Amino acid sequence: MTTAESPVRGTAQGARGTAVPLAPPRRLLEFTIDDEPVRVPEGSTILDACRARGKDVPTLCQGDTLTPKNACRVCMVEVEGSRTLVPACSRRAEAGMAVRTDTERARHSRKIVLELLASSVDLSTTPGAAEWLKEYGAEPDRFGPDAARLNEGPKVDNDLYVRDYDKCILCYKCVDACGDQWQNTFAISVAGRGFDARIAVEHDAPLTDSACVYCGNCIEVCPTGALSFKSEFDMRAAGTWDESQQTRTTTVCAYCGVGCNLTLHVQDNEIVKVTSPHDNPVTHGNLCIKGRFGYQHVQNRD
Amino acid sequence: MNGTNGPTGRSTRAGKRERSPRNYLRLTHPLVRDSRDEPFRRATWEEALTRVAEGLAAHRGAFGMFACARATNEMNYVAQKFARVVMGTHNVDSCNRTCHAPSVAGLSAAFGSGGGTSSYEEIEHTDLIVMWGSNARFAHPIFFQHVLKGVRNGARLYSVDPRRTSTAEWAESWLGLNVGTDIPMAHAIGREIIHAGLANTAFIERATSGFEEYRKLVEPWTLSLAEKVTGVPAEAIKDLAHAYARAERAQLCWTLGITEHHNGTDNVRALINLSLLTGHVGRYGSGLQPLRGQNNVQGGGDMGAIPNRLPGFQDVLDPETRHRFETAWGTTLQPHYGLNLTEMFEAMEPRPGGAALKAVYCIGENPAQSEADSDQAVRRLSALDFLVVQDIFLTKTAELAHVVLPATAGWAETEGTTTNSERRVQRVRKAVNPPGEAREDIDIICDIAARLGHDWKYADSEAVWNELRSVSPQHYGMTYERLEEHQGIQWPCPDLEALEPSFLHGRLWDPDPGRRGPLAPFGLVQHDPPVDLTDEEFPIRLTTGRRLDSYNTGVQSGSFASPLRRGEYVELCPEDAERYGVVLGEEVQVTSRRGSVRAPVWIDPGLRPGLAFMTMHFPDEVDTNRLTIEANDPIAGTAEFKAAAIRIDKLPIAAIR
Repeated sequence: MTTAESPVRGTAQGARGTAVPLAPPRRLLEFTIDDEPVRVPEGSTILDACRARGKDVPTLCQGDTLTPKNACRVCMVEVEGSRTLVPACSRRAEAGMAVRTDTERARHSRKIVLELLASSVDLSTTPGAAEWLKEYGAEPDRFGPDAARLNEGPKVDNDLYVRDYDKCILCYKCVDACGDQWQNTFAISVAGRGFDARIAVEHDAPLTDSACVYCGNCIEVCPTGALSFKSEFDMRAAGTWDESQQTRTTTVCAYCGVGCNLTLHVQDNEIVKVTSPHDNPVTHGNLCIKGRFGYQHVQNRD
Repeated sequence: MNGTNGPTGRSTRAGKRERSPRNYLRLTHPLVRDSRDEPFRRATWEEALTRVAEGLAAHRGAFGMFACARATNEMNYVAQKFARVVMGTHNVDSCNRTCHAPSVAGLSAAFGSGGGTSSYEEIEHTDLIVMWGSNARFAHPIFFQHVLKGVRNGARLYSVDPRRTSTAEWAESWLGLNVGTDIPMAHAIGREIIHAGLANTAFIERATSGFEEYRKLVEPWTLSLAEKVTGVPAEAIKDLAHAYARAERAQLCWTLGITEHHNGTDNVRALINLSLLTGHVGRYGSGLQPLRGQNNVQGGGDMGAIPNRLPGFQDVLDPETRHRFETAWGTTLQPHYGLNLTEMFEAMEPRPGGAALKAVYCIGENPAQSEADSDQAVRRLSALDFLVVQDIFLTKTAELAHVVLPATAGWAETEGTTTNSERRVQRVRKAVNPPGEAREDIDIICDIAARLGHDWKYADSEAVWNELRSVSPQHYGMTYERLEEHQGIQWPCPDLEALEPSFLHGRLWDPDPGRRGPLAPFGLVQHDPPVDLTDEEFPIRLTTGRRLDSYNTGVQSGSFASPLRRGEYVELCPEDAERYGVVLGEEVQVTSRRGSVRAPVWIDPGLRPGLAFMTMHFPDEVDTNRLTIEANDPIAGTAEFKAAAIRIDKLPIAAIR
């Protein structure tokens, strides 16, 4: 059905003569994953192709809104002709490649990486970690009870979000989200070298003395729960956090005219945290302090 | 304070005060009273709605409706229909009047359409970005992320603002002009472009009218005169002029620094002129982008909740348009414009024979604190014969009402749509249940309409939306299903299958005059300095704005525990602080020709001597709008929030000055 009376038809026709850059058509590449033929657009990564095929390759440092960092090494796969294993998250697919995701070598590599991570970091709030440890037969305890851990406890220095570096795997996603990839605030960086390297806010200042603007875009990308909403942290501590009882509803923020999409996580009719869809054309998963944390007024109910 | 979620004690930075802002509790049941001398008492919905119906019926012909720029499109559609069909008046408006009405007026005068011409994504692929009178880094942070993407893709960023804001800190050049000298700046840029031979003559000839008059108008504005008036070095103005004219693609973005002046519409026209002069409009990556301040200030106007436009931004004065709406709604529409918010306030002024406006239905607005010269606004609201306020809180405005109706929060407790700054209509969804007896705005309005003889039946918000689609061609193609599928659709969208380009006015480039449509006229506007002049008694220019973590009158944003919140201050540059002998945190008296407030001092090196800054976020402790002037733009009705003349007095004040 069309609207012949529409006054704006002319606009569409007039625009025809104007250059609108369209993405150039992308070639399809053919290669194989675990001996099955796959076709993906040029520029796709091996991980994209695996996910399109429904193959589960574990990832931690990979983020759908971030440039691959190649930090965690849990997504390693084998490529025929390659001396070393390759990270699926960043290696672009090439025509004729033969990729194997489930070889003894790839599985062994994932097992060791998971054992090293789980022995030094608390993965209890990392989605998928428990399943992966089981799947790959990882035994983090084999390094003994004295395996190095940070053991410094959660940092609670403000009312909006909590940093628990005991859960940090140094994936750098928060650094990138706070830095030049999205927020451009640069409050978060890496301090120290080698084994002492750690995520820090301005050389380990309290958050409240830093450049932090509390956008929470670092929480949005954190894969392990090292960064979490104070509301979630408190509810977990009280034993009331229950994701199976939560609904997720995407709506539009009421704080300015930009129109950011908010996904409200609601438990027992209370908003308990706020995220944003990563594929949203307005936000790309990012929010500001008002959108992320400024919801309390609707539930000032008594 | 609200349990564990309330602000807790903290004092980390020097000067940061302990602060627990007033926490507004949700309204849970209707409140009524017979006169303003009495306290409110709880009422049933039945009683409250009957009182509203009686109160409004008694004042037909002296009625005004304040719709809500934060509520959904659907609610705004029903609200304006209520004013027009039930009450028979075009007196319907919202807080768009206090912010971006000049943008809508200026853009529609030039292009026939009141929306920003380009999309957020385009700014990532442009070559030059001018942020004029806009601190988007604070006020529109996620839009500014798109700007930063553009900068990282190689775009040059210029900031034109009296304050060296956090937005200006990202610019390669900051043009710190004197408050209210935007037109001299724009005219000087225009003159320089013309004299340097950089005007896009092909575009000017094809798509515009009035260029010769414009050329003559800007001729006196030499760079050196502009330097004298604006305070910006001639070389910096010249640099911006050349960069803008030479850029392959350029985006000109503005916010309330342009619009909240007594001549806001003229300011907007002066900026639009620059896009006409260079052809930076109607192309991908080139355009004009006013950044809207409320989640649905664009949509409220699109829905007809303004006194001169019917839904779909269709002119009230057009007989054919009126006829279509009269048929659709089964009513008769008055063939003239209604009063805008500013005019409605003036019409409340008691005068012999009674005020022209005696009853107001106010939905989700807080004009008692958001209007300039708030003392006057409160006095006028208090003089109304009947005031019904529908809100989620008992705001200062609601405290003046006869009947208060508890509503739902548009963004989290109702279904519907809102329209953002890039004209994208997006779905709003219900995530939580409203408290107590609070009800949806649309249901409340329909119940009142029914008591006044209009039995409207809407099964849900989608039914309202589909009625709007049937009367607004530019929304016709946006079904709820498609809005979901595309994560929002930008208007115009007349077709159920196709999508239009992301920018407006591509027609202006069409070689065929028929398809090109009306030419875009240059705006022949003159410089007019701020009304509230600085002098010996009031030597400091006060300008106002937003902070990152707060919003408008603070009713929404005061409730969460922001570590950044530091309450209201009067911000001065270090030089002025020294001149007046005041230090960080010292409480001083701030006085304008209209009123005075007490506020502590904050020192901001981003300000210049003679310029002070305050926000409107904490009116319950410092009512900044007692200082601002209600000098209104004659076209759009927006007040000059951005330019008041003040003085600072140390406390205690000596008896004789």
